[in-house]
Order: sequence, then C-alpha cells, then structure tokens
Amino acid sequence: MQATRRWERRAERLFVGLCLAAILLPLATLVWLVADVVIDALPRLGPDFLTSFPSRRASSAGVFPALVGSVYLIGLTALFAVPLGVGAAVYLEEYGGRGRFSRLVELNIANLAGVPSIIYGLLGLAVFVRTLGLGRSLLAGALTLALLILPVIITATREALRTVPGLLREGSYALGATRWQTIRHVVLPMAAPGIMTGSILAISRAIGETAPLIVIGALTYMAFLPEGPLEPFTALPIQIFNWVSRPQAGFTTAAAAGIVVLLTTLLILNGLAVFLRNRLQRRIHV
Amino acid sequence: MDIHASEELPHVAAAPDDDAAPTPAPRPARSAPLRERVIEWALAGSGALTLLTTAGILGVLAVETWRFFDEVPLTDFLGDTQWTPLFADKHFGIWPLLGATLLTSAIAIAVALPFGLLAAIYMSEFAPARVRRVLKPMLEVLAGIPTVVYGYFALIVVTPMLQTVVPDLASFNALSPGIVMGIMIIPMISSLSEDALYAVPQSLREGAYALGAGRLPTIFRVVVPAARSGITAALTLAIGRAIGETMIVAIAAGQQPNLTLDPRVPIETMTAYIVQVSMGDTPAGTLEYRTIFAVAAALFVMTLALNAISIRLIGRRREA
Repeated sequence: MQATRRWERRAERLFVGLCLAAILLPLATLVWLVADVVIDALPRLGPDFLTSFPSRRASSAGVFPALVGSVYLIGLTALFAVPLGVGAAVYLEEYGGRGRFSRLVELNIANLAGVPSIIYGLLGLAVFVRTLGLGRSLLAGALTLALLILPVIITATREALRTVPGLLREGSYALGATRWQTIRHVVLPMAAPGIMTGSILAISRAIGETAPLIVIGALTYMAFLPEGPLEPFTALPIQIFNWVSRPQAGFTTAAAAGIVVLLTTLLILNGLAVFLRNRLQRRIHV
Repeated sequence: MDIHASEELPHVAAAPDDDAAPTPAPRPARSAPLRERVIEWALAGSGALTLLTTAGILGVLAVETWRFFDEVPLTDFLGDTQWTPLFADKHFGIWPLLGATLLTSAIAIAVALPFGLLAAIYMSEFAPARVRRVLKPMLEVLAGIPTVVYGYFALIVVTPMLQTVVPDLASFNALSPGIVMGIMIIPMISSLSEDALYAVPQSLREGAYALGAGRLPTIFRVVVPAARSGITAALTLAIGRAIGETMIVAIAAGQQPNLTLDPRVPIETMTAYIVQVSMGDTPAGTLEYRTIFAVAAALFVMTLALNAISIRLIGRRREA
C-alpha cells in the first residue's frame, strides 16, 4: 500500500513535469524563432532599410513601399471593418434578441471564423478585383481584409457590450432616452475601450495576412508608392514572402529584417491593445 | 410598416423566458421616430453583410468550379493521380494536392495534439492561478505570429537543423512545415481544451477521490472523458486550421505535386497551388485560372464540414 502510494506520487510528479515541458518547449521555440530572426536581420537593420525601395541588390533592398502599403491597408481596412463590425455587434446584442435572423447571423459568423483566409482572397479576386472592377488595388485589398476580420471584430465587440451592466440601460430608458440614444450615449462609451482593444487585435491579424493579398494580386516588386486607393500596392508580409522565396543569402537577411519590422509593428499594436484593456478593467472595478 | 410590426411579436414573446439576456429595452412603438427605425435597419444591414460574405464565397466558388467541370470531367478530378494543369500534358487529379494537404496537417496535429492537451491539463488541473494567468497569454502569442514568419523559420532554421538528423531530407519537404505548423496550432488546442477541462464540475473529481482514485487516474478516467466533446471540438477546429494554412507550406514544402506519404520530399498542398498560380500571370477565364477555384472549393467543403462538427460539439457542451 505504501509502495503504491509512493509510486503514484512519483508518476504524478513525472506527469506534471511532462505537462510543464509541453508548455515550456513551445515557448522556448518562440524565443528561439525571434532571437534567430533578429540575429539574421542585424546586418540589414538600420534606418535606411525603412526608407529604401526594394532592389535587385539585396544589400540595398528596403521595405519602404511595403511599409507604406501596410499602413494604408491598416487605415482603409479599419475604416470599413470597424463601423460594420461594431454595427453588426450592436444589432445582435442590443436589438436582435433571440430572433431567427440573429441566430442565423451568429451561426454564420462562427462558420466564417473557420474559413481559411486564402478563400477570402478568391472572393476578393472575383468580386472586388474583377466584378466591381477595382483592379489589383489597395482598395480591393483593404475590402478583402475587412471581410476577413469582420467576424473577429463582431465577436470582440459583443463581449465588450455584454460587460455594460443592464442597470445603466434601464436608467437611461427611465430618463426617457430612446433605444438608440441609450446605445449612443451610454452603452457605446462604456464599451469603447473593449471595442477598441478587440478592433486593434483584429487589425493586427490583418497586417500579418499574406495569402489573401497574394491571391488578389498584390505586387511583389514596387519601385514607387501607391498614390491613391485605386493604385497597385504591396505590403510587408508580401515583401517578406518575396525575399524568402529567393535563393541568394542576402535576400534571406532582407527577409529577416522585414520580419523584424513586421513583428515590431504587431508589438506596438498589441501593446496599445493591452493598455486600453487595462484602462477598461480599472473603469469597471471602480 | 406592417412587416416591421409583425417582426416585433416573436421578439417580445421570446424575451421573458430568457433569464440570461439583458433586460429587454422598451421597443420603439409604431410612433417611434423614423430615425430610430432607420438606425435599426442599418445595424441589421451590417449583420446581413456577414451573410452576404458567405453567399459570396459560395457563389464565386460554385460558378467557377461549375465552369471548370464543364471542361474537366469529375472522374478525372477524382480519378487521376497526377496534377499538372500548368504543363502541356495536362492532368487534373486532385489527389497529389489533397494528399500533401493531409500529410502536412497530420504532422501538425501529431505535434499540436499532445502538446496542446498536456498544456491544457496542466493549466486546468495543476497550475496555480497566478502561473496560469502568466502562461496562458504567453502561449497564445504563438497563434498571433504571422504565418509568413513561421514559413521563414521552417525553411531557414528548422529544415537545415532536421537535415542533420533525418537522412535524405530535401530542402523542401512536408516534415519541417508540418512541425512548425503544429507549434503554431498548440494554443488553439490548449485554449479550447482547457476551457472544457475547467468546466468539468469539481464534484466529479471529488467523487473519484472519494472512491480512492489518485490524481492521475482521476484526470485520465474522469476529467478528460467528461471534457471529451470540448476537446474534440478543439481538435476539429485545429484540423481545419491546418488544412487551410497557406504560407508555411507555400514557403517550406515546395511546389511539386507529388502523390506520396514520404515527409522528406517536396510536395505541393492545395493552398500552395493556389498561391503558385496567383503569383504567375494566369489570365482570368482560362482553365488554369479556374483550377484554383476548383481546388478552393474542395478546400472549402472540407473546412465547412469540420466547422459544422465543431460548432455542434461546442453547442452540445453549452447545453449540458
């Protein structure tokens, strides 16, 4: 009896060790990945990498048009996806109730979240690029990415709306406010930090997306900047993919440097999201 | 007007039996300002846009796939074992692409499932709340790294390292991207599985202890089986993610449609083929152009089935 107990305890300790390893090993891989990319990128990292155009010579190739393209994409995508996503979420939470339409939309969103991003690229190619005649433009890219992250924004916004206590709505109605006045002046301001956090996280997902932009035809080599929403464009992940695909070692360095720029952008956006989330928590606990 | 009013009735009738829902707002009556109604319709329109997205995907894939099968018989698509639509001697057998997709996904799941499940068990059953609060978001960072970065990592770092261990490993292969994709998917499995394990009532564990069961038997014979549907849902979602994953395999697995189960040689997945054609100058309306829609349609059907399974499983858990 004593012996089996001791055995059991030893097995348990062994198992806990195994479980811990299952967490720490992937995390170590993550550290390894980032460290490796940064070390690979060192020879090319510098201010001129950010301000140079891509080049046939790897040592002078830069990410300028890709960075500018990504910034435009972030802005345009947010412009479409945030109002539409918040609107849909407000409808589902504040108006929809348990009606058939709401349930259909909910089921549909759950399903859309599982559709591979490359399929959205084909949708964008057929609808925005060809049927609507937008061509392989920034606008077509932003619309495609907006559809891709719409489910994420809707889900995050709904969660933020749910944290607003019902008491506040009732108070507003008691003062004679209409439903929309209540939403506009009571519910949305309370939920704003949560909505912004969710939207930023969704947009940071969009920046890293490569496959849908390749399908709609983002350029892989650009010696100029897009001057309007209907111009051709490139983006950071596309530029990285292009450099990774080249056999010369110099382009590997450029790809690593591009990855550092991409990850830094993501880090800044996520830091912003965490900052906003902390502000939200403080407000609710007061 | 009448349509609007008749839509109101089921909502009002349904509200009282739903205790969890927030207090139903006073519904604007017919006399409500026009502004209120216009806003409601606009918001509903945003919701309808998501339905339109699904309809658009279905429509686009159906139309182009239909045209594809006008020229290529379905028996070729499902019967031929070669995929060479870009060559002079054209073959349209989906199996090399499908096999490659299943191979890389299987490798990814073989990595992600044990790691993800063990991580979930640790966080739910062993970790102190403080450790859990730190580890969980750290693990989730893995899912937030862009896939093009993982592709770089697989091709430039993991493959050369594996080549020192695995003899005859080509520079493009299924093994390395499969493993890297598995690491990326770990948080998907651990997150949902942990929720499921955590939701198992404490009374079940106490009952097992009362019967004299140790901690490990309780976990493996009581807690994990009780969380089975949640864990299966996590697994199906992860499989869907692996099948649809594009950049890792497009960068590190190659562009050669080989019908093989050998993880050491170059292959081409369904997604990598779509990327390959998109990178070229295939004009719209040609048969080559339509192949990517046919391949995407096959991909969509697979992920749709997996989504349906996981949505049903998650729904069942909520009801239980």
